[in-house]
Amino acid sequence: MKSQPIDTYASELAEDVRRAVADGSASGYDRRAASLFSDFEDPDFLRRTAGDVKQHTLENLDTYLAQTEDRLKENGVEVHWAGDAEAACRAVLKIMRDNGATKVVKSKSMATEEIHLNDFLEREGIESLETDLGEFIVQIDHDHPSHIVKPIIHKNRQGIARSYEREGLGAYDDRPEVITARARKFLRKKYLEASVGLTGANFIVAESGRLVLVTNEGNSRFCLAGTDIHIAVVGIEKVIPRDRDLSLFLSLLGRSATGQQLTVYTEFISGPRAEGQPDGPRQMHVILLDNRRTEVLASNCRDILRCIRCGACLNVCPIYRQASGHAYRSVYPGPVGAVLSPLLAGEKFSELADLPKASSLCGACKEVCPVNIPIPDLLLRLRDKAKHEGIKSPGTPPMGGWAYLASQPTVWRASLSAGRLMNLMPLNLIPVPALRAWTKSRQLPEWRGGAFRKWMKTRKIGGKDS
Amino acid sequence: MNNDREAILKRVGEAVGGLADRTPYPSFRNDLGVSTARSLDGDLWEIFCERFVAVNGMPVETPDAMVEYLKTFGYTHGYCDPALRESLAPFFDSGFTLEESFDRQDIDRYQFGITRAHAAIAETGSVVVTDRLTSSRLAALAPWVHIACITRDEIIRDTVAAVADLGDDPNVVWITGPSKTADVEGILIEGVHGPGIQICLLL
Ligand code: SF4
Repeated sequence: MKSQPIDTYASELAEDVRRAVADGSASGYDRRAASLFSDFEDPDFLRRTAGDVKQHTLENLDTYLAQTEDRLKENGVEVHWAGDAEAACRAVLKIMRDNGATKVVKSKSMATEEIHLNDFLEREGIESLETDLGEFIVQIDHDHPSHIVKPIIHKNRQGIARSYEREGLGAYDDRPEVITARARKFLRKKYLEASVGLTGANFIVAESGRLVLVTNEGNSRFCLAGTDIHIAVVGIEKVIPRDRDLSLFLSLLGRSATGQQLTVYTEFISGPRAEGQPDGPRQMHVILLDNRRTEVLASNCRDILRCIRCGACLNVCPIYRQASGHAYRSVYPGPVGAVLSPLLAGEKFSELADLPKASSLCGACKEVCPVNIPIPDLLLRLRDKAKHEGIKSPGTPPMGGWAYLASQPTVWRASLSAGRLMNLMPLNLIPVPALRAWTKSRQLPEWRGGAFRKWMKTRKIGGKDS
Repeated sequence: MNNDREAILKRVGEAVGGLADRTPYPSFRNDLGVSTARSLDGDLWEIFCERFVAVNGMPVETPDAMVEYLKTFGYTHGYCDPALRESLAPFFDSGFTLEESFDRQDIDRYQFGITRAHAAIAETGSVVVTDRLTSSRLAALAPWVHIACITRDEIIRDTVAAVADLGDDPNVVWITGPSKTADVEGILIEGVHGPGIQICLLL
């Protein structure tokens, strides 16, 4: 029997990639944690409050979406609704065709990754260029981002320098400042050639219709300074009720993502450019995207829609650090992806049903999540869903024998003393194929079965020692 | 597309319609997200300077000092907001070229751009620029050096006050330091697409 797919990925990962991902996700952890824990007396209260604001919004999303649409329209924004990926892509294309536009510059957006917008536009003969440095490199390599915040965490400078050479961006030079400067030079021409700037949104405020975008590089600002039309593709779960919520969310997002009090550029966009402003879009369109978010909303895992895509849960996850983002075979990797991706897969749920199982439920993700999402609980609910739907994932150790033992007291007791044999058994020789695959990359702790029972028996009632 | 609208809103309604007890909007202080670790009492310009420097921004207190800096590093060709020209031009000597329009066909001609900012935020060391006050979005973004000008009474205490001050300008940007990335092996590089040097000049 095969290993769990995520184990296969992890074991086939090239050593330099494994190192890059492990180091990259661990680095900055102290700074991120310190920026929350030394700046606030009770950071957990912040996380719980932010979580409640988003949960409240989701549970009243019908009201808030209607309000958002009204405000956007009042602000002079055209609002489009897209039920699925295809509809969203078509909406973008239609706006472009209506305006005779053929070139798009894009700032980083998970929603457009999700709907595979670049591939779609390319097939329609439209040049769609990523401008975030990491995403740009992913695009020229025909690769996929492997982290929500650090898309090329799996690449090293040598590889990037070779890609640049291949693409005619300059002779081999792997200094990060040269890599960055060459992208700067190449992309600034492109911003001015394109007529459409495409973005996502980190938040959209229902009471004001404000779109909030955060970047460190400033590429989204450039996308909205050089072009004539702004199109934003925004998941319907990005809504927050009021402007007053922004101070809290921005504070948490910057700190959780990169340990910054604020990201360098925080943009509040509520319409086309002001009168008298010579640069920037004269038209603004917002495409509100469902793409199965309403299914998630209807499920018992709706809490995952609170996610503000900070990437903190990826950085702390022991599985992510070992396996890298591509092991999750979907747009959203790591703990958030292990919940969200199978749900967004719809009828293909079974293909990703192994992801919720690839977790030791250590809880690190829940501890760092700025919106306090109970990720381990949600993973368990998805395991339950898979079980109820009779979905078997390759490589999951069979638990039937254990279930039998655990439900028969006498057999359980007998097996406890026999269990000591386990210490002497070479685990990789266990004649159960799935278990063998599962233990190949894992060490079991020494068997100490029965100790607890003995302790219980000899313990004095109300006594201090046993 | 309108079909999609009805369908989505219907699905949302069905998804949340049956929820027995919905999470209420929590009660919290407006300034919950403002760090309590460091005091914001005192001269706001001083506090702003300290935090702006912490994010690698460069506060400058006089036009003389700004011109001196530009000269030292050989930044002699730039853009200046026409509304600021009268007050700033006297500080520049004949070694400088100041343009009052920004030519989008040749953006690399400009080594610096001087524009009017709306405010600065002491808590975070951020400069606030708005569409109505910025004479050219490109001029505030494309040159290597951006000089954002504010007056002392325009400094705002914290992000709560800055949010309350967003108003109805269609494009407000909080700028907290120079443009930067750590995409390549986590190494910090400044000046990715926007300015590598972010200055805030006190008028
Ligand atoms: S689930 Fe939480 S920690 Fe993970 S990316 Fe989303 S907001 Fe961040």
